[in-house]
Amino acid sequence: MKATCWMGTQQVQVVDVPDPQILNPRDAIVRITATAICGSDLHLYNGFIPGMRRGDVLGHEFMGEVVEVGSAVRTLKSGDRVVVPFPIACGNCSQCEREMYSLCENSNPNAVMAEKLWGYSPAGIFGYSHLLGGFAGGQAEYARVPFADVGPIKVPAHLSDEQVLFLSDIFPTGYMAAEACNIQPGDTIAVWGCGPVGQLAIASAYLLGAERVIGIDRFPYRLRTARERAGAWATINYEEEDLHESLMELTGGRGPDSTIDAVGLEGHAPGLHGAYDRVKTALMLETDRPAALRQAIMECRSGGTVSVAGVYGGFLDSFPMGAIVNRSLTIKSGQTHVHRYTRPLLDRIERGEIDPSFVITHRMTLAEAPHGYDIFSHKEDGCLKVVLAP
Amino acid sequence: MNSRAYPRDRQVEALARGLGWFSLALGAAELLAPERVAAVIGVRPQRRTLNLLRAYGAREIAAGLAIFAAPRAAAPLWSRVAGDAVDTATLLGWSADADSDRQRLGVATAAVAGVGVLDLVCARQLQDQAAGAPPVSRRVHVERVTTLNRSVEDVYRYWADFRNFPRFMRHVESVELLGGNRSHWRVSAPAGMTVQWDAEIVEQRDSELIAWRTLPNADVEHSGTVRFTPAPGARGTEVRVALDFAPPAGRLGRSIAWLFRKDPDQQLHEDLRRFKQLVESGEIPLSEGFMLWRPGQPVANPEDVRSLAGVRS
Ligand SMILES: NC(=O)c1ccc[n+]([C@@H]2O[C@H](COP(=O)([O-])OP(=O)(O)OC[C@H]3O[C@@H](n4cnc5c(N)ncnc54)[C@H](O)[C@@H]3O)[C@@H](O)[C@H]2O)c1
Ligand SMILES: [Zn+2]
Ligand SMILES: [Zn+2]
Repeated sequence: MKATCWMGTQQVQVVDVPDPQILNPRDAIVRITATAICGSDLHLYNGFIPGMRRGDVLGHEFMGEVVEVGSAVRTLKSGDRVVVPFPIACGNCSQCEREMYSLCENSNPNAVMAEKLWGYSPAGIFGYSHLLGGFAGGQAEYARVPFADVGPIKVPAHLSDEQVLFLSDIFPTGYMAAEACNIQPGDTIAVWGCGPVGQLAIASAYLLGAERVIGIDRFPYRLRTARERAGAWATINYEEEDLHESLMELTGGRGPDSTIDAVGLEGHAPGLHGAYDRVKTALMLETDRPAALRQAIMECRSGGTVSVAGVYGGFLDSFPMGAIVNRSLTIKSGQTHVHRYTRPLLDRIERGEIDPSFVITHRMTLAEAPHGYDIFSHKEDGCLKVVLAP
Repeated sequence: MNSRAYPRDRQVEALARGLGWFSLALGAAELLAPERVAAVIGVRPQRRTLNLLRAYGAREIAAGLAIFAAPRAAAPLWSRVAGDAVDTATLLGWSADADSDRQRLGVATAAVAGVGVLDLVCARQLQDQAAGAPPVSRRVHVERVTTLNRSVEDVYRYWADFRNFPRFMRHVESVELLGGNRSHWRVSAPAGMTVQWDAEIVEQRDSELIAWRTLPNADVEHSGTVRFTPAPGARGTEVRVALDFAPPAGRLGRSIAWLFRKDPDQQLHEDLRRFKQLVESGEIPLSEGFMLWRPGQPVANPEDVRSLAGVRS
């Protein structure tokens, strides 16, 4: 089959690889009909996440048709149309029982590597480095899905691939980020990053009762989508206005009740701070560039919640712990516990409360994946979200 | 209750591994993106400079791998110390060039010096440990614990049937019940060797404890205990395993002992993880890219994946 493979920093190629086969009784094989490129993939593409190997199949947002199931899978059969959550979860361990699926204790075969970096190992993730399992990903024609009796959710025929595909990751991710804000009547939420995750965090904050949501980014086309499609009440282009002054103005000097970091470890920062992080990351004294996270902490009102959906991989520097302690901030984070949200969010899509496909700007064949990575990474050609059809 | 100190030799080993990761990361950057490294440290990216950076990158990676191959050995750390000296000399040389950015070079030199101190400390401590370590003929005691989200009865029942062991113990090929309290074990050792022993259960209390020891003429003489206790607040079952290996006898015994001693702690940790995976989820998860040994890409023959991961079908 054809698969999108990581071949080194900023190099992906679509190459021929063997078809996946069932390896364990709870596996299923899915023929992929739609798959997307995620901001998380960009962290791999740009070489920020350790533990990649040349030839790794990328991709963790995918859906398709079940073509084969292992001997222990009773809940699925060939022909079922399913969306697959990006974390791999056994459904039996105590984390799974608590619905903390991205912390599954049993799904990372390379747990020992993750323990070295993070203390304990989280769940395995499709196509997301050997630290998180070394699983072949879903930007391919077929994928093997472990614990297929727990993760994949069947989707009704009357909804299109594009309407349901994002149940695999970014819709639950935006939703969980907003849910972490514990939104109260009258709340104003500020969202750093108007990428696909930021857009769905904005829309989800409204679903969860926010009064006003403010989107922050520097790309005008993304800010426009935030206002016109996600429904942001206001947007701030931090390159054109002073971020702090604008937030003060928009919130009557109170500051946002909660802030969401939908940027992650490749935060862009102009001036001295940006240079500082770039030097430090290049010298390996810091692995991530937490520009947006620092701002999300500093700008959050006292006693508020900083919800971190953006991915960080290693160690940060100049982290404003003083602000967190002295102003009683709550930090919430995590890879999304997707399984927890697929059913209720599918219901919301079916009821017409939201159509997450509004983020899609580019539709391509699998063969065009390298181009997709290129424009998504460089924010060119108005690119917000790329969907590939194998 | 039981408190467990974090042994000092483990701390040093952790530091060594940290430095190993650092070597790998820095090496990768120098090897793959020497232009970027040059920009950061403030030197002009001439071809000669870039080639030098690439060579240093290869050296870093070699040092990193050497550390991971033997995280308790001092030699790889001493070679890092030597490397730090070379780096410092090179950086100082560059700062004499007219077209270098002195400020950036200053920062880079300070960083190298800082890491150099860590390397030195780590190398010294590892050396001291090696000097003070008892001879190879020491007894080895290993203990590990894990918690399973299952009742004590379930967990006990699975463990008490020794025939299950080959499913989760990477090196155990087979266990045969001989009747009475006895069983026969075949365990794979490096270089295609197999070692064997007979074991007998010396104590067994339902849903509580099993203790065993090897009978005379075992290839690897040892004894072990496993204890099952309910975790507080319905958090399942704690499983504690303790193993004691006797001082090895004979040539075979010594090479085997060397094998088990290499990292018996880590091996037991991994085996217990697999026990948990198997009992909780019914299978041991397999990925295409086990560790970093092959890419995360489907294989033509699934047995390749199983044998890398040491999972018997
Ligand atoms: N927690 C999870 O489970 C999960 C799931 C999916 C994605 N993510 C993460 O969410 C993040 C965003 O993903 P995406 O697909 O939207 O990526 P993206 O690259 O399209 O979006 C990131 C956006 O952040 C903006 N940005 C950069 N620096 C900024 C700053 N200082 N202030 C404000 N905006 C800034 C960029 O301009 C860009 O529009 C990534 O880190 C991704 O890894 C996390
Ligand atoms: Zn994603
Ligand atoms: Zn689990």
